[in-house]
Amino acid sequence: MAETVLSVTELRKVYGDLLAVDQVSFRVSRGEIFGLLGPNGAGKTTILECLEGIRQADGGTMEIMGIDPGREPRKLRNLVGVQLQRSGLPATMTVHEALRFFCAYHGVAPRYDLVQRLGLAEKRTVQYQKLSTGQQRRLALALAIAHRPSVIFLDEPTAGLDVGSRVELHTLMRELQAEGTTLIMATHDMAEAEKMTDRVAILLQGKIVATGSPTELTATGAGTTKVSVRSEDALLVKDDRAFPAVDQRFIDEEYAVYYSTDPGPTVSAILRYLEDQGDRLIDLRVERPSLEERFLELTHREGAQ
Amino acid sequence: MNGFVEHFSYEFKSGLRNPSLLLINYLFPLGFYAMMGLIMTAINPLFRALMIPAMVIFTIVASTVLGMPGPLVEAREAGVFRSYRINGVPAASILTIPALTTGFHALISAAIITVTAPVLFEGDMPVHLGAFVAITLLTAFTCASLGMLISVISTDSRATILWSQLIFLPSMLLGGLMVPLDALPERVHSFSALLPVSHSMELFTGWAYGRPTTLNPPVAAAVLASSGLLALALSIVLFNWDTRNQTRRAHPLLAILVVVPFAVGALLVP
Repeated sequence: MAETVLSVTELRKVYGDLLAVDQVSFRVSRGEIFGLLGPNGAGKTTILECLEGIRQADGGTMEIMGIDPGREPRKLRNLVGVQLQRSGLPATMTVHEALRFFCAYHGVAPRYDLVQRLGLAEKRTVQYQKLSTGQQRRLALALAIAHRPSVIFLDEPTAGLDVGSRVELHTLMRELQAEGTTLIMATHDMAEAEKMTDRVAILLQGKIVATGSPTELTATGAGTTKVSVRSEDALLVKDDRAFPAVDQRFIDEEYAVYYSTDPGPTVSAILRYLEDQGDRLIDLRVERPSLEERFLELTHREGAQ
Repeated sequence: MNGFVEHFSYEFKSGLRNPSLLLINYLFPLGFYAMMGLIMTAINPLFRALMIPAMVIFTIVASTVLGMPGPLVEAREAGVFRSYRINGVPAASILTIPALTTGFHALISAAIITVTAPVLFEGDMPVHLGAFVAITLLTAFTCASLGMLISVISTDSRATILWSQLIFLPSMLLGGLMVPLDALPERVHSFSALLPVSHSMELFTGWAYGRPTTLNPPVAAAVLASSGLLALALSIVLFNWDTRNQTRRAHPLLAILVVVPFAVGALLVP
């Protein structure tokens, strides 16, 4: 069994009358990429900030590599790296100065290679205030990993990044994981979580409503597969015909979309019908439910309750 | 290189790189000094006698009380202190390093004034140079500590300006910089004694120039030193990493304690 590097047990945090985090528990193993998913205000950032030692929890216990971040935050400084959602650097500090500054406080040599790696080489003498939002996020990431921490917290890491930078960040995350680094990522980007995380915890109103790998979570959903069909004469759009195992049907522009509990018979019947009617198939897509759909399902269910 | 050296180096450069800090550290005090040297010495030749300490104090107050708190408050509100915290920058460094570098800038300007005033404006040089240096350092320490305290208790830029001006403006009018304390009405002396500048100016007058004073110099030195130490201690106690994360060790109103040494000084006015 993989070694647990981080554990949270019945964590609780209150802001005035608002219960921001309610009895949250989870464990993260070494080398795992763990995602905290949820809409804005779900409590993701509060959990991370309690773990990072910059907020005091009101209840529960936390441990990172045997250290309680609430009681001994200083012991954690060289073990964890943090990219905050809301943080800043002094306006007139340049990229290279920032690296030297933070590396000096961590007692390590400046990692100028990260500046190159994260596409900031040309900006090394540019002041923080003159960097774009994406460049500021990349610099924050470089500073979070420069001292080679064992556990890295990333709060909305790809917010404000362009496509190229996102890909580079994902590659970097995989490399860190391969080296045994544990990553805990808070995001509301479901596609990113599905692609990057090994396990996720879905948070709603401060509570964990589901935990597991993205595959496990999607499999435990309503269990329907999405079948989208587009044909030359659009017979399926015009004709509200029933097919086996179909739960739901709707029209999305030129596509007839079916939610099937057993996609094999559904697809076979659709293809047979089109052939019989002499309508030519243009596009057929069979997609398993995404994490986003599972998330929406959970949100809807919690809202209904 | 260790964190302190990197931090000091960056903060010192920032005092030259940041246009508003460059203005408040050098252009404003040195420009004011040049103006006073040209105009005031022509209107009132007696101003030459204490021109150097008056302009040195003005420089120190401008840099530390007017200039230093604003960037610290802005940095805290922009989340810079949060970044510092997660990377292990100690709270004491966040406060004391800007105070040290600001004091350093102020001392450079003060040195320029001290060296040039006798040549350019026939300003009197101090008789006791050692005392002059010591009083300059004590004034810089006290004013920097007060600037630190202002930065800690201010919630935004407007509050910072208000607190800074509360010290700066009365200091200019009643602190003995433009008009010597003994030339002010006697009933004003107790109020003047509530200002750090008055004690500093009296110390320069008595110990660096060997001239008669209105306030008692040992008392003035004690008031300056104790208020500086108190302001420093209160700044550390009241320091907050992030105003949105309210976990203060004490209520900001505690800062009012810094007035105590000045109040005692005012009670001891002869």
